[in-house]
Amino acid sequence: MTSHDNPRPPARDWATDFDHLDPRWSNDPYPIWAGLRDTCPLAHTERFQGCYFPSTYSATAAIAHDTQHFSSRRIIVRDVRIDPVPAPPITSDPPEHKPWKQAALPYFTADAIAPLEPRTRAVCDALIDAFPAGGCDVAEHYTRHIPVRVIAHMMGLPEDDGDLFRRWIHEILELGITDSSKVVSATTEMHVYFAGQIARRRTAPGDDLISRLLRISIDRRPAEEAQVIGMLRLLLIAGIDTTWSAIGAALWHLAEHPQDAARLRAEPELMPTAIEELLRAYAPVTMAREVIGDTEIAGCPIKAGNMVLLSFPAANRDPAMFSEPDRVILDRAENRHAAFGLGIHRCVGSNLARMELRVAVETFLHRVPAFRMAGPVRWAVGTVRGPRSLPMTFAAG
Amino acid sequence: MAGSKSLQIRVDPERCQGHNRCKALAPSLFELDELGYARAAGTGLVPPERAERARLAVANCPEFAISLTAKEDP
Repeated sequence: MTSHDNPRPPARDWATDFDHLDPRWSNDPYPIWAGLRDTCPLAHTERFQGCYFPSTYSATAAIAHDTQHFSSRRIIVRDVRIDPVPAPPITSDPPEHKPWKQAALPYFTADAIAPLEPRTRAVCDALIDAFPAGGCDVAEHYTRHIPVRVIAHMMGLPEDDGDLFRRWIHEILELGITDSSKVVSATTEMHVYFAGQIARRRTAPGDDLISRLLRISIDRRPAEEAQVIGMLRLLLIAGIDTTWSAIGAALWHLAEHPQDAARLRAEPELMPTAIEELLRAYAPVTMAREVIGDTEIAGCPIKAGNMVLLSFPAANRDPAMFSEPDRVILDRAENRHAAFGLGIHRCVGSNLARMELRVAVETFLHRVPAFRMAGPVRWAVGTVRGPRSLPMTFAAG
Repeated sequence: MAGSKSLQIRVDPERCQGHNRCKALAPSLFELDELGYARAAGTGLVPPERAERARLAVANCPEFAISLTAKEDP
């Protein structure tokens, strides 16, 4: 059964029956979160076999930093609890987490990522070269291709497999919330795909990321292949959907706020703070934790066995942390946004994502004349929120 | 300069998660290790003309890992 045959009952109220798949939530969550912050900063639902939703920055940070009560073995809230599928380091808790994180980090430092910038720019330019005149769906023709091509290049995978990658991601992160068979089938397909890629590199190693990760040691022993495959699944999933969403949300904002687009064109030196501000305002990723010990957050009891959504997007709109949180202020000076998470699970690809987002926005602003929305934006539902359809018109100059 | 104060940067290695916001905002005041975690560059003393940059780095660290303390000059 898919979610289409089985429409979900709408949430009765957000404090005791929230559902982040409810279309009111996915279309415009910000007023809902603002209401919860004032009335019930730790919401709960019996859906998803029990789940909490903290809407404040402080509660989100406290949970992200407490790995004793909040485990990463499950990081996606689904209707049913499927067996954990290890994808280290994101699904690892201490002490297993650290060696995996440290094995991945050297490949994602700012210095390691910088050489990818010219290729990223070339990818963006080539996509814009192929735009239909007058306008197009920018999600279809631009945003969704950029991270796929960059990560495929990094990992040494064929760019033409992009449709396959996007289908797996859609099945695991979106359809899989209500239909767990999709998670199982997509995970199995990915396992077989990466096992084949690994076999090829065992005989003919290259200098791509997969070849390098095959040589890593964990606690002074060669990493097990099944675990490396888990890590590769993570890098592919986390490297595509997230950045695609961040680029799309940034371009949607600029299309809806032409004064901001004009300001960035006139004052390109604002780009670094503007990118951080767009990440704050439209952070795409909501993670989750599984509660493994009773505790208390924001003065509310938390019971083991529940899941808890870790909404970095909601934390980023908390007025206790950010003045005028619902306004995009391109030169916001103080910005401790949590778009890449907080604590030990800080996104390993944050430098890559920032580079791709900056290059994609810069290139678009530079190449595409006055752009406006030409129809409704359609947002992805669930773990990663970003525009899946972004129809725009491009007026002359 | 009797009575003047200089600022001392400290990055708490237990808190730093390698967000790199400090390095982006004040590249001369911070350095990164091979995994991307930050520490104060050199002695961590902030030249007066860089004090504003140092404050920005503090105000943008999502982990509250950076502290700035005034050191009384002898």
